Amino acid sequence: MSQQTENPFSEEERRALTALAGMIVPASEEFGVPGADDPAIVDNILEDASRRPEQLSAALATLEAVAEEKCGSAFADLSVAQQQKISEAYRDAHAGHANLIANLTVQGYYRDDRVMASIGLDPRPPHPLGYEVEQGDWSLLDPVRDKDAFFRAVE
Amino acid sequence: MSDDPVDVLIIGAGASGAAMAWSLAETKMHIVCLEQGGLMNPLQYPSTERNWEARAQGDMAINPNLRGLPSDYPINEDDSPIKVANFNGVGGGTVLFAGHFPRFHPSDFRVKSLDGVADDWPIDYETLAPFYGENDRMTGVAGLQGDPAYPRDNAHRLPPLPLGKSGQILAKGFNKLGWAWWPSDTAIITNDYDGRARCINLGACGAGCAQGAKGSADVTYWPHALRAGVELRTHCRVREITVGEDGMATGAIYYDARGEEVEIKAHVVVLACNGIGTPRLLLNSKSAQFPDGLANSSGQVGKNFMFHPYAWIQGVFDEETDGHAGPTKAMRSQQFYETGEERGYVRGYTFEITRGMPPVRTAQTGMRHGRIPWGAEHHKEFRRMFGHVAGMVAVCEDLPEEHNQVTLDPELKDSDGIPAPKISYTLSDNSRKMLDHAVEQASEILEAAGANDIMSESPIRFGGWHLMGTARMGTDPERSVVNEWGRSHDVRNLFIVDGSIFVTSAGVNPTSTIQALALYVADQMKSRLATLFD
Repeated sequence: MSQQTENPFSEEERRALTALAGMIVPASEEFGVPGADDPAIVDNILEDASRRPEQLSAALATLEAVAEEKCGSAFADLSVAQQQKISEAYRDAHAGHANLIANLTVQGYYRDDRVMASIGLDPRPPHPLGYEVEQGDWSLLDPVRDKDAFFRAVE
Repeated sequence: MSDDPVDVLIIGAGASGAAMAWSLAETKMHIVCLEQGGLMNPLQYPSTERNWEARAQGDMAINPNLRGLPSDYPINEDDSPIKVANFNGVGGGTVLFAGHFPRFHPSDFRVKSLDGVADDWPIDYETLAPFYGENDRMTGVAGLQGDPAYPRDNAHRLPPLPLGKSGQILAKGFNKLGWAWWPSDTAIITNDYDGRARCINLGACGAGCAQGAKGSADVTYWPHALRAGVELRTHCRVREITVGEDGMATGAIYYDARGEEVEIKAHVVVLACNGIGTPRLLLNSKSAQFPDGLANSSGQVGKNFMFHPYAWIQGVFDEETDGHAGPTKAMRSQQFYETGEERGYVRGYTFEITRGMPPVRTAQTGMRHGRIPWGAEHHKEFRRMFGHVAGMVAVCEDLPEEHNQVTLDPELKDSDGIPAPKISYTLSDNSRKMLDHAVEQASEILEAAGANDIMSESPIRFGGWHLMGTARMGTDPERSVVNEWGRSHDVRNLFIVDGSIFVTSAGVNPTSTIQALALYVADQMKSRLATLFD
């Protein structure tokens, strides 16, 4: 049921999203993972967002408005320090939009092969192989088996 | 298509419509079911794709306003702190349900007598017991006999779902406190059953089961009903039920897959559209004889709307949990199910134990709760949580209140121009206290189990999974919509079988009771065929 749609986002929107996504989840040498500003991951984010593009466009427009108001420039063109300051102001004043972008960012991030490998998951969908779940120690139920019935009696 | 009336018209192919269709099929009557959504293809469910978590929040989201598929109708839920979960398609809400399948308790049918609130049901547990059993057999239910929170029954159960790492952690917490827990009755098959393959722990139950192991009505009842001759028409959205001069239902008008208006005539009409869809359709079926909506002489249609308010309480553990793998709900506790006067509220709740979360949901939850920050620390904090979270949700009994209701929105309409439903719902003081109690007790359990960090949400905003009470059953035509066997007091060939006929909500997931009620009503119809309209 997933649908491929044409990219409804402008290059300016992609640049702004890339910059902000990289601030939300930056690359890490320690964990050997790319940041969410990686082009393949940005593609994932935009693919998910294209189902309702007006939502992401509105959130990015708000970000750009804050950047313009406070620094007189597009968000992607700001220095890292300025972007940090703007992103904090954005989260304070426009939490709904900021959360939307953060949620989309991790949706796109946590399905990338490199990221999945780093958190110990095979890069595959759950179906058809599924997963193993251990049965566990059913003797843990013994104390409950010993309890008297405690449902309420009804005449 | 013939203009001859069909014998039975069922509107809605979800949990109750499917059970009703299957049960009536043995009569060899001409039965037609209209469903506004389509037939589901499990191989197109999200868990078959890499972006499955995104799709579970997109085209397979639980909320119809977020999902926005052509088969969905919008719902104005601005006046409710809890948002609706449903699904429109063959199988209905069971396509997305978690499969938790407990029965009501005997006390749930006697709320007025026992606790002095709401109303007693006009039927009791013993009346429904054989139909619970029949429904379990048709669905395929995993579980274990002997829960001290329930009377014993003779139902056949498949082996319970595995405890897993998460279950063991939580079980130790319950045992430390001396509190009861039990492996859940779940509509998830642990052995191959009725032509379906067993669960392989996809962990994506809430977005449709690609394995077909979860007992959604499209894979349980519908194959049998179709083989028995029931006619299922998909992508057909009903606008109104029609009535004759004698005040009897004559059929329905619907829009077919091409958007064309079609009238179907029927001798009997059965509504199975859930606790929102059913009152919507009745209220939209106005006529000179029924100016306030069909079957509404009591004024109760749409009133007494109940959710189950849910609390969500999760702990972070040093130990590994099951994380993304396995059915989400495998254990329950009904330690606080029955009324305890010292708690400051009446009735109670069930804890459903949850195994953990897949990666996207871990990250989103961690950010929402201030545990996972933006920036360089994201990775470390994500890894602290991923595969280390387990906990529970509390399914709290809601009590009927007239001001909680479903009405028709004066402006909002669906894609066929039919007025959309509007819900107005306020969380009661009793529910608030119950939710608070659940959060406190759950925190105690999680601490006993060794959690080093506890998070909670109460009520869960997008947690309106259960829709009940808006056409309730009763023996008094002035205070109820249908009688004690599901027939409208006002329209003697109109029946309702979904959650809207619930008198009270109990503190458990309603699907097994919805289906048991549908089988019971079908059985009543079959046993009264000669006098059905008297």
